Amino acid sequence: MAVDVREAARAQGPGRPRREITTAFVVSRIAVLAVAAAILLYAVPPLIAAGSWVPLGVLAAASAAIAYLYLTRRFVAAKYLIPGTVFLLAFQVFPVVYTVTTAFTNFGDGHRGDKAAAVEAIQTGSVRQAPGSPEYTMTAALRGEELVFLLVDPATKQVSLGSAEGLSRLDGARLGATGKVLSAPGVSVLTAPQAAARGQEISALAVPTAGGLIKANGLSRAVEGKATLVYDAACDCVRGNGDTWTADESQGYFVNARGEHLAQGWQVNVGLDNFLRVLTNPTISGYFAGVLGWNLVFALASVLGCFALGMSAALALHHPRMRGTRVYRIVLILPYAMPAFAMLLVWRDMFNRDFGLINQLLGTEIDWLGGTMTARFGVILVNLWLGFPYMFLVTTGALQAIPRELTEAAAIDGATPWRAFRRVTLPLLLVALTPLLISAFAFNFNNYNAIALTTEGGPFPADSPQVGGTDLLITYTFRLAFGAGGAQFGFAAAISVFIFAIVAVISAVAFRRSRKQEEIYA
Amino acid sequence: MRMRALGVATLATLAFAATACGSSQSASPAASSAPASGSASAPAAGGTLVIWADPMRVKPLQPFAEQFGTENGVTVEVKEISKDNQMTFLTASQQGSGPDVMIGAHDWIGNLVQNGAIDPVTLTEEQKAAFSAKAIQAVTFNGQIYGAPYAVENIALIRNTDLAPDAPASIEEMLDKGKELKKAGKVKEVLCIPVGQKGDAFHVYPIFASGGGALFGTTPAGDPDPKQVLLGSEESVKAFGKLKDLGEKGDGALRTSLTNENYIVNFAGGKCAYLVSGPWAISEVKKGGVTYDISAVPSFKDGKPATPFVGVQSFFVASKGKNKALAQEFVANYVTNKDVAKALYEADPRPPALTAALQEVQAADPDAAKFMEAGKEGMPMPAIPEMAAIWEPFGIAETAVVKGGDPAEAAAAAQKAIDGSLKN
Repeated sequence: MAVDVREAARAQGPGRPRREITTAFVVSRIAVLAVAAAILLYAVPPLIAAGSWVPLGVLAAASAAIAYLYLTRRFVAAKYLIPGTVFLLAFQVFPVVYTVTTAFTNFGDGHRGDKAAAVEAIQTGSVRQAPGSPEYTMTAALRGEELVFLLVDPATKQVSLGSAEGLSRLDGARLGATGKVLSAPGVSVLTAPQAAARGQEISALAVPTAGGLIKANGLSRAVEGKATLVYDAACDCVRGNGDTWTADESQGYFVNARGEHLAQGWQVNVGLDNFLRVLTNPTISGYFAGVLGWNLVFALASVLGCFALGMSAALALHHPRMRGTRVYRIVLILPYAMPAFAMLLVWRDMFNRDFGLINQLLGTEIDWLGGTMTARFGVILVNLWLGFPYMFLVTTGALQAIPRELTEAAAIDGATPWRAFRRVTLPLLLVALTPLLISAFAFNFNNYNAIALTTEGGPFPADSPQVGGTDLLITYTFRLAFGAGGAQFGFAAAISVFIFAIVAVISAVAFRRSRKQEEIYA
Repeated sequence: MRMRALGVATLATLAFAATACGSSQSASPAASSAPASGSASAPAAGGTLVIWADPMRVKPLQPFAEQFGTENGVTVEVKEISKDNQMTFLTASQQGSGPDVMIGAHDWIGNLVQNGAIDPVTLTEEQKAAFSAKAIQAVTFNGQIYGAPYAVENIALIRNTDLAPDAPASIEEMLDKGKELKKAGKVKEVLCIPVGQKGDAFHVYPIFASGGGALFGTTPAGDPDPKQVLLGSEESVKAFGKLKDLGEKGDGALRTSLTNENYIVNFAGGKCAYLVSGPWAISEVKKGGVTYDISAVPSFKDGKPATPFVGVQSFFVASKGKNKALAQEFVANYVTNKDVAKALYEADPRPPALTAALQEVQAADPDAAKFMEAGKEGMPMPAIPEMAAIWEPFGIAETAVVKGGDPAEAAAAAQKAIDGSLKN
């Protein structure tokens, strides 16, 4: 196909200079359009099945727009801008907006759904089997077009017909060995597959009785039960068991006079509560400064340590008299190539006091991860090992871009190698690498894995089990948001907003300073 | 012209894509795009039953799922969920993409119920009687049964019979033997039980309970009462004191360097004579070639019974499932059968909850009955959602006293942390 297009292009004849149509160009264009079309085709049947016409319209319009955009020769800038904008919206703007809106709700365990779902769960969960009622063997059948239950009392073998109107005696039915009805006058018995196909109708059918309702329990049994808790829309409350629980929209629970609530709640807007909780809760604010301090130390030590180590290695290998650089490079990049996840666990076990490699090699009995200072040293060491190859790689790249003439000129002017490095190489390196250092800082500031997989935030002082010696803000708050109280997404989102603010301020300051530096050297 | 050529190419690709996806699922040769992909995603006549299981249980369930599917004319899918099963289930349920049947541990029930994710399961008196009483007690929450149990697990004391031929009658007896063996250089550790830097409340609980400690008070109905946390009570402080005596500054039986990753390996390698663990440890112990026997975790001399936590694996009916009648049929009437329990046992040897299945299994494998016997006095793990607040502070208090910290201080800190997060 691509060949045809080229021929077509050639057939345009000579004359005006034209952008050459390469095979890669055609192939990539077809790929984009094919992916767009594939997504459209993939999504259409389920959307039609679900009857969601608006999303279908949006999808069709989007596909048409993509096809038009990439088939026309105009809008060259848009061809590049649109995908970027779409990804920006989908992966940056939407998550941020979603996180911030979640921070104003109590979304979390016990408050996942809406009120209607909570009411339904409360009522279904409260259905108790009527005491002394028979455990019917049930056969689904059709009376004309209407679904009915043929119910057999296992004790008396009496067959009854249950419909939405009620229970009535049915004589002349033939029973099988399992107690199921094989045939009965006036109705046609459904086979198992036929009954399974009508599963939703069977679940929905409730046969009213004096003591409650008979409902199917699966496809072969039915039980008479009664909801002990009933929602009353008039008072917006749940009644039952001699008590009344009134809906409290401020906390998303049904609460009774004693302040107790039913287990099932719903999601409500809680305004600034989550943010206030972060600021006023003594277990959070009391430890905040200490955790933030160590968090800064950890992030700075990781970034600067990795950079120093990576740069030293890169400089050593950059020296013109260095031999075998390729082998060294491979060895140095190895930690970067190994899965960090597994390596962190291996390191954790190496730090074990009695069985760990480190103590065995050193002949010591240090409880590395059991003491605050040794644990902090340990996690920074591990992070250095994991992080320096990246810095080595980027520095190697940046060094190639610095002309050797500059350092040679410095040497001719009588500068010592150190001075040449300090005054020429390092400033030029920093111009290129400062943005990377800042992003590495932001990453390490929130380096959840490095802590969670090694020390889990520990060691924990006996008198405060909530905050450990190596806890970063992110591991500490993760524990607060997802540990003791189940998952509390709203609270977690509020904390993320705070952490985001801290990292954003630090990064903004750093970027501003690096811009000044660029103005000097660029 | 070039544009048209491109257009043709694109259309050709589209047509190709459409026929390709159509023909892979429906064999009709004249598959035109839209209807073909429509029929591909359409369910079988009777509907689909979706079951979520952990990796261990997908394979043994498959034949039963298929049989159930054929009997009822439905398609049954068993999907493997390998990580964060409870959270994944909750999130998916909420979005309407969850399963009809979920498999999990009974101590999820409290959280699943407060999120409206599972429905009660109605079992007949006859069915209830077929299970061990402990299993039924475990899946009962707020007076309702919320799951069909299939396996019961609890920890026990596994001992290396070459080193320690007799089951110890008390913790003191076990310590004496362990220390004697260590002195003689036959073992390296007095006892293999995981502690780690964050403690392990699950494994240490029987010893803690024997020392008189308790987690919760009980409600009038006999359920654990989250309003009364007893970790800081006088009895619990005494129990933490006993853990301290067993710790690094005392007998050296509890050590923070023994972790969940290495405690079974150490026992399987003959480095300790006693192991506190559950049925999941057995395959590794067997691989290590250790001759072993299983007995209950002993209690302190004149102490309270050393009650382990009992966990019950169960089938749940999802509230937001699309095919509830089928799910109920599967959970209440189908998997409560003996063959399913035995197949699941063979895939992962945890004692079946069904008494009849257990009897058949124990003829071939005495371990199952021994574990069951060891858990006879056990306490079903509290299923209330508030239990989530216990684990970590309890574990940290354990580590603190094991390292030689003050029991009263550790217990008080744990109590304070738990009360804080439960807002008692």
